[in-house]
Amino acid sequence: MKHLKIKWTTLILVLFAILMLGACHKKVAPPPPPPPPPAVAPTASITANPATVDKGQSITLTWQTTNATDVSIDFIGSVDANGSKSVTPDQSTTYRLVAHGAGGTQDATTRVTVNAPPASAVSPVAVDNSTEEDLFGRQIKDLYFDYDKADIRTDAQSAIQADVQFLNQHPNVRFTVEGHCDERGSTEYNLALGTNRAEAVKNALVQAGINASRIKTLSYGKEKPFCTEATENCWQQNRVGHFVYEK
Amino acid sequence: MRHDNFSIFPAKVSNCATALLFLLILSVPVLAQDWIRTGTGLGVEKVRIAAADFQPANADAKNAGLQKSFNETLFNDLENAGIFDLVSKSFYPLPAPARPADVKFDAWSSTPANASMLAFGSLGATGDRISVQAWLYDVKNVASPQVLGKQYDDDATPQAARSIAHKFANEIIFRLGGGIPGVAESTIYFVSDRTGHKEIWAMDYDGANQRAITHLGTISLSPRISPDGSRLAFSSITKSSWEILMYSVELGRMISFPRFGGTNLSPSWSADGTKLALSSSRAGLPNIFVVDASGANPKRLTSGKGPDVSPSWNRKTSDQIAFVSGRSGLPQIYTMEADGTNLQRVTEQGYAVSPNWSPNGQFLTFSWMRKYGPGQPGANDLYLMDITSKQFVQLTHDGGRNDYPFWSPDGRHIVFQSSRSGSEQIWTMLADGTKVKQLTTSGHNTQPNWSWK
Repeated sequence: MKHLKIKWTTLILVLFAILMLGACHKKVAPPPPPPPPPAVAPTASITANPATVDKGQSITLTWQTTNATDVSIDFIGSVDANGSKSVTPDQSTTYRLVAHGAGGTQDATTRVTVNAPPASAVSPVAVDNSTEEDLFGRQIKDLYFDYDKADIRTDAQSAIQADVQFLNQHPNVRFTVEGHCDERGSTEYNLALGTNRAEAVKNALVQAGINASRIKTLSYGKEKPFCTEATENCWQQNRVGHFVYEK
Repeated sequence: MRHDNFSIFPAKVSNCATALLFLLILSVPVLAQDWIRTGTGLGVEKVRIAAADFQPANADAKNAGLQKSFNETLFNDLENAGIFDLVSKSFYPLPAPARPADVKFDAWSSTPANASMLAFGSLGATGDRISVQAWLYDVKNVASPQVLGKQYDDDATPQAARSIAHKFANEIIFRLGGGIPGVAESTIYFVSDRTGHKEIWAMDYDGANQRAITHLGTISLSPRISPDGSRLAFSSITKSSWEILMYSVELGRMISFPRFGGTNLSPSWSADGTKLALSSSRAGLPNIFVVDASGANPKRLTSGKGPDVSPSWNRKTSDQIAFVSGRSGLPQIYTMEADGTNLQRVTEQGYAVSPNWSPNGQFLTFSWMRKYGPGQPGANDLYLMDITSKQFVQLTHDGGRNDYPFWSPDGRHIVFQSSRSGSEQIWTMLADGTKVKQLTTSGHNTQPNWSWK
């Protein structure tokens, strides 16, 4: 008798669930409310030709916008709604076109790659008026780690060589290696692990002949992530020995 | 995510989805039947107690507000204690007694109230003072019913009314709970980012009076209050290192503590308050050190690349330290004598962190992803392990990442952080995993630390 009751109750619940499921499908699409008359959003596009040049060669930027009242390009400033311009970038540059209008803001970017001339052809110091800090930011390569590991990876050797070469060419540069971790696991353990990562990077540089007195280390654990998505790609960006120039 | 989706659905579909959700929820308790219950003092029959609303002693206009603070606090404290079978207020005979002569013994001791014990009394404001008369009666012992009779006098503020209720609750818990002091007047320290920086905060054990302790504007972590409640040790990032900082609760300001350089983390007080264990990379890589409470006489207990972190003293004996080490790969929990000898590995697999030793020295609680590794999206739950037999039980079952368990001084409760509500917040539960309660809601709140008394 009791069994029968439970079965009936179950049956009724299941039927109810099926009914509700059915209902769900049917009621999904009421007509959308008529949209308010919008201000037309601006459009923007920009291209570079050629997209890759050797250093010293010029390229032509060409852009078009519509419905924009205020158009500008990074590194250039305010420009006409449509136009083209010749530029000679010193280094690889991303040109960003921003179109403001009553309907909003639209931007478009184009990346220009500038190949550096062969090192033997011209002394880099002679043509480059970048500061040492700029060069550090551009040329020093961070070292990445495997999950829960503080061992220098075999694929990090070329980065270490590049770093050592730069540091030997700029013997007055001092810097901090920050040890970072991805968001998984405990706060305290990750700070300790980040310490091991920073020290591993320092050790690798010292072994390659860099004076230890130039190198400070600091762990950030998972306190200062570069990327905050829960994806392996993002986690990898956060498992890093990151170099910071010391002013 | 799911809630976001609901909000853009037309109303009828949303109702329908709610109905389906309700059906799902109906089926959940059936799945949750086979949890194992453990903890201290379980199996002991709980005293059935009633806490009648305290009545106004006079006609002062302030009484209503004070009464509300007092009655809510007393009832919650007894409910939170975990050792009572608290009679639901709807079963209480009326009117509530204000003095011993008002108590109708039969009405309280028979169904539906069926109480063994009755807390009752009165409170009244006179000028800016409040006076509370409080009794605890054994209503089944008509001949000699009085267990407690107390009078309290304090400022006529809701805060003072709360404080008196905590004191009276603690008296009841001490008397009926085997002589173990209650936790109603204890404090929980924690880390909160609600000002935009991770600072050290404090709150009453029930989540009331949340207040910032530090205003350093950097990153401060791992607060640990000293056994006598006078000093708060924590770890904070300075310009070039993580240092242990010391705050005097008595003076209300930072006091000096030596800077070690490197990464100094996770301070832990010995039970007598004379020593701190901590993780320090002062010798190279993070190892466990013990220093005097002044920071002097650092002594290294572990060696190797570690990293070793998160030490916790055996709170009963102070002769053992549990800690976390990544020496074998994923972090595991180890124990050693307080001089660094007799190293024992406690966990054999997964990702085990944040050990905390129970006040009776018998149990370790810790955070564990037991099945962890590629293709094993293990749940991050809290566990309790009997340190002698290494038998363990799972305490949390409600999803989210659960970490930083810390025992209450009476060994009956555990405070912890959990992301089960969608963001990291502080929760408490009884040491058997029941009576889970959320204490914080604003910002992200982590790394709770329960005061020693």
